[in-house]
Parts: sequence; structure tokens; C-alpha cells
Amino acid sequence: MYRYDAIDQRIVDERVAQFRDQTRRYLAGELTEDEFRPLRLQNGLYIQRHAPMLRIAVPYGALRSEQLRMLARIARDYDKGYGHFTTRHNLQFNWPELAKVPEILELLATVEMHAIQTSGNCIRNFTSDPFAGVAQDELIDPRPWAEILRQWSTFHPEFALLPRKFKMAVNGAQNDRALIQAHDIGLDLVKNAAGQIGFRVLVGGGLGRTPIIGKEITDFVPWQHIITYLEAILRVYNLHGRRDNLYKARIKILVQALGIEEFKRQVEAEWAHLKDGPATLTVDEVHRVADQFEDPPYLDLPAQDASHAQRLADNKPFAAWAQRNLRAHKRAGYAAVVISLKKPGVAPGDISAEQMDLVASLADRYSFGELRVTHEQNLVLADVQQSELFSLWQTLREAGLATPTIGLLTDIICCPGGDFCALANAKSIPIAAAIQARFDDLDYLHDIGELELNISGCMNACGHHHVGHIGILGVDKNGEEWYQVTIGGSQGNQAAIGKVIGPSFAAAEMPSVIATLLETYVAIRHPDELFVDTVRRVGIEPFKTRVYGDRLAGKKVAHG
Amino acid sequence: MAKIIKNGQIQADDWQILRLAEGDTPESVAIPPGKVALPLAVWQARQGELAGRNVGVWLDSHQGAESLAGALSRLPLVAVNFPKFADGRGYSTAALLRTRYGYTGELRAIGDVLRDQFFFLTRCGFDALQPAEGKYSDAQLEGALASFQDFSEPYQGAVDQPAPVWRRLSRNAA
Repeated sequence: MYRYDAIDQRIVDERVAQFRDQTRRYLAGELTEDEFRPLRLQNGLYIQRHAPMLRIAVPYGALRSEQLRMLARIARDYDKGYGHFTTRHNLQFNWPELAKVPEILELLATVEMHAIQTSGNCIRNFTSDPFAGVAQDELIDPRPWAEILRQWSTFHPEFALLPRKFKMAVNGAQNDRALIQAHDIGLDLVKNAAGQIGFRVLVGGGLGRTPIIGKEITDFVPWQHIITYLEAILRVYNLHGRRDNLYKARIKILVQALGIEEFKRQVEAEWAHLKDGPATLTVDEVHRVADQFEDPPYLDLPAQDASHAQRLADNKPFAAWAQRNLRAHKRAGYAAVVISLKKPGVAPGDISAEQMDLVASLADRYSFGELRVTHEQNLVLADVQQSELFSLWQTLREAGLATPTIGLLTDIICCPGGDFCALANAKSIPIAAAIQARFDDLDYLHDIGELELNISGCMNACGHHHVGHIGILGVDKNGEEWYQVTIGGSQGNQAAIGKVIGPSFAAAEMPSVIATLLETYVAIRHPDELFVDTVRRVGIEPFKTRVYGDRLAGKKVAHG
Repeated sequence: MAKIIKNGQIQADDWQILRLAEGDTPESVAIPPGKVALPLAVWQARQGELAGRNVGVWLDSHQGAESLAGALSRLPLVAVNFPKFADGRGYSTAALLRTRYGYTGELRAIGDVLRDQFFFLTRCGFDALQPAEGKYSDAQLEGALASFQDFSEPYQGAVDQPAPVWRRLSRNAA
């Protein structure tokens, strides 16, 4: 994992000093609310329903054990003993005191962490593949590139006050696990026919109010030129993106208005001036960064550990966990372990300070002291020996971190929603809880198979509802909370935006609406066909007919 | 006389920024004598009577650097207006004026210019910063000079320092 040098460290230290002074001037009345807002947002600080919320960056999802221990300490000393992992590799604290935020940032800086550009109309935290470096289908490790781009984008003076927020993701595997098609810019590491490394670049994707799948602006930018190419895109967007309407200010609206061909023409005209300039990357700089992502000292192990096989045969709960919560590893005898933060009754993505400390010690013991954060709001120990999986599982299970449902219906992605977020139209956590409570039969969940259910409490779509196989969106109708359902969305290489099945539902109805969707699927699925594939094959009509047909007898369905 | 920050120093300023009042048109507005920076439309409309005069021009946030291409070597002052500090177009406009169009005269940020943006404004090529009249007391403006030192080694290149940090310094593990 990347370690700060003196230059990286000084930048976060200077940021702490800068923000301490800004906070002081705000509290002294020298900075107005409007003047302070973008400054605090670019430090991840929101003013929420109950208290400020502080969003801390976990760049491209990579975390070391001592960093997680620091998050645990902050959770205990400055919050209510827990934190919340988001869908963009961030950790949020919901209850810090505004005046103490500089102190928190100072503690974070001691472990090479920060909250820089986790909000605001600037280039946000880069996201990537939680299995980077260990996945069997990886072509090029995305982490060095994400780190190089993180540094480039940090305090970029020209792009700190864009028309709107700007999110980028990097994938380097055959199967995209970074949702690159749903980002303002999605970067896909590829090799051209000559074997040179470069980037396929997607632009104008995004969820939110106007969900759009990103369009390919170029199929290959040689790696040396990626920074100047991104600067050209950002400059065209900064100058020409709409600033008159908050809801039309994302780059996707500009790309749509101009058309991808014209947008590309403008970008490449700009790029012609920037290309080969000082930002052109060198072999030395790429090596300097990439050297820090060398493989850890793996052991040569047999592909199948005999004791592991025996335990799988002997212990059903362990086998169920292993079936869902492990991912194949590029090295024989190792597995990547997904630590579930989806225990029923706990808000998806929430983790207590005690659990953080425990996971940190497990990372030290089993996985070279490192872990990853997933956009599905779980954690990953990427390098665990097969022979140790059983003891790891036992410890995780005692701590409520071994819910064996990764990729299944109840592994729900869920934003904090109306319980915490000032932007939300409706609560989302209670909907997740009700669905998890209704579908608690593991055999049934396995029969249903892989199914991604995503919940957002408003159209900002932090819960990625558009790309859920089933998506739930909280909406406000005359002051009441209602829920709109989409089906057929998906992430990955076949990314798609789900389709709305019809009028929205009251909160109490949601578990039975999900039940009806599942019954419909079970009735018409082909053998080995996933829910989302059935929707792709038959469309939404059979589901819609069944769901609304069941509700005709005077049940409550909102109009519109 | 208004105060500005020029090259990191507070100094008195003898330029007048002409803004159109309600009812003024670029064709009819009275152009005061002395050192004056004109709105782009006035400068374009009144070329004939400006011959021989030492005027500057200011661009509003939607007016691009290309509007002044070809004339920049004759302009002692170009200003870029920030109607709201959060409107960041002026940063790209400044970068383009300095790099694409090679402007070497005074490049001034005017309008809603705040101390917490001084560092980024300077990096993008502004050498003069003019906060709105009355925005800062003399003491506050003195205090604001510290913000030029917010970051000692920025990562990326910009107008003030085109080389990224990995070209400027040899980087080693801490």
C-alpha cells in the first residue's frame, strides 16, 4: 500500500492548519455561512439533521490496520462509538462537534488520512476495485494509477470550484467492479494491440436525478497522457458546464447537450495544447508509486488446503459463509474474505469502534495489516490463507461480522437516508431493516441467488438505487414518505439503469412488494437464471402486473 | 484609493473598474479619464475613441479568454470578474490567458474575491487580487497574506509552477 513521503505528509498537515484557521474565523464571525460552506464541504463536513457529519476519505478503498484503529479512536472520543461506510470509499461520522473537527483532522493526518475533497463541487475521492492486486481477472493493477491521479487532483487550483461535484473511478479487471459506467469519468485500464498500457475513457455517466450510463470518449489514451487528457475534459467542463441550474450542472448534462462527438472534438482541441506538457507522466514517477503496491510476501501454498476442505465438509454454517463471502485469489492457497457489514438490525455499512479494532487486529493477524472498503459497504481482507479461514470466520461470527449473504438479497446497499441526512426525502435504513427481517431464511436467499438490492433516500442516489437489480427510491409526496421501485438495473460490464415499475408504495408495503417480485421471478425463471437476467429477458411487465394486481383490492398505492 | 494585493504585497491602486449601471449601454456610457478597465462590450464598441489611451479590459465569468486574443500585447491590465466566488470559470480563463494566449501584463481577479481562494487564484496566473471594496479591513487584508503560504509544495503543475512536484523534487519514502 502507498505510504506518504514527506511531501504527502506536509500537504495533509498544512491542510489541517488551513482548516483550523478557517473554522476559527467562521466561529468568530469573520467568515459568513455562504463563504464557509464550500470550504467545509471540501473537507467533508456537512451540517446534518442532528449534528455535523464528517466524511473521511479512504482513497480507492485501501486502508491499513493502524488507520482503522484511529477511526475507532475517533468514533469513541468524538462520536457515538460507530462510523458508517458509504458507497464511495468514505467513512462518515454522524455526530462530531464542528469546533473539534480540526482536532479530528489532526489525528487523521498522523495516520496518513484526511477528508480532503470528500464533498463539494470539486474532484472527489477516486474509487476502484476492492479486489485490486489479488483478483484473478485483473489485467492491470488500478491502485498505482488511482494514487497518481489522487495526487494530481488534490488541491488542483483550476478545478476546485466546478459547476458540480466530479466523481471518477478506475477499473483494471475484465469484470468492472468499480462502477466506472456510472461516474463523471470512468477509467478502464487496457492494453492496445502493441501491448502498451493506456486508458479507455468514459465520460458523462452518473446516477442522481438524471441517471446516465457513461459514453466512451476515447478507446485509448496512452498512460503518459492521462493527466493532460483529464485536464482537457475538466477544462471544457469547467468553462462550459451549466451553472444556472444545480440539477443540470453535472458533466453528463453538458455531454448530452453537445453530443459525445462534439464534446470529444472540444476536448481533443484543448488536449492538443496540453499534450506532451509537463504533466506528461514518466516511467520513473509511475515506478515510484507502483513500487509501493508490490505483492506482500506470499507463501507458496497448495491450491487446496486439506484442513480447510475438511471443515467445509463438517461445518454447514462455515460452508455457507465460505460459499458467499470468499472471493478467488490470484495466488494458490489464498482467498479474499468479504467482511459483512449487513447484519440484520444494524444499518448497512455501520461499524462499531469495537468492531473496527477487531477488524484491524484481524488484518494484522491474517492479511498483512491491510484491508479494503467496498462500494457495497462491506470490508475485505484480501490476502488470507485458506488454512486460517476457519479461525477467522469464528472470530468474525462472534463479532457479528460474518453474515453469510454477500451478493444476496439482504446484502443491501443503503444510504443513511432521512434518519440522518438533511437532503433525504425519506428514511432508508428502516426499509432495509424490514426487508432483512422478512427475508431471514438463508435457504430461500440462496434459492433466489445473486440479487443486488439498493436503497436511496432521495434522488441524489447515494444508495445507487438505479443500478440495483431491485432499486428502491424514497420520495416525498405531500410530506409523506413513499418508495418507488425499479428493476433491471445492474453494475459491472453490463451496467444498466433500472426501470420504474409503477406508482410508489408506503413504507409498510415494501417487504411484501419485494416478496411479490421474488415470487414472480421464481415462477418464470429459467434454470440458473438470475433475477436480473429474467428481468432482461421478459421486461418489467410480468412483475408490474403481479405487484399491482395483488394490490388492486383497495390497498394503498400513491398516484404518480 | 482602493487597495489590492499585487504579487503578494498590499498596495494602493489607481485603476478604476468601470461597471455598467442600469440604463448604461456600451455605446453610451461615459468613459472616465485616467487608468480605467472597461467591460469587454465597452472596449469592443468604442475602439475608435480609445486610440492612444491606456485602458484595460475586464471579462465577466462567461466571457472567454479568446475574446481578447490578438489584443493582449496592448493591454496593461486584464481583469476577470467573479460574480460569485463559487463560480470557478475564471480560474480556467486565467490559465488560458497566461498559457494559451501568452498574456504577460497584470491579470487581476475582481468581484467576489475572498482570501480563502487567494492561493488557487495565484496558482492559476492572477498576479493581482482585488477583494470587493470594504470586504476586508486593513488588518484583515494583512492577515490574509498568510494564505499565500497555505501549501508549500503543491502536487500538480499550474501557471505559477508548471512542473508537477515529481519533476521539481526527488521523492523518497518519508
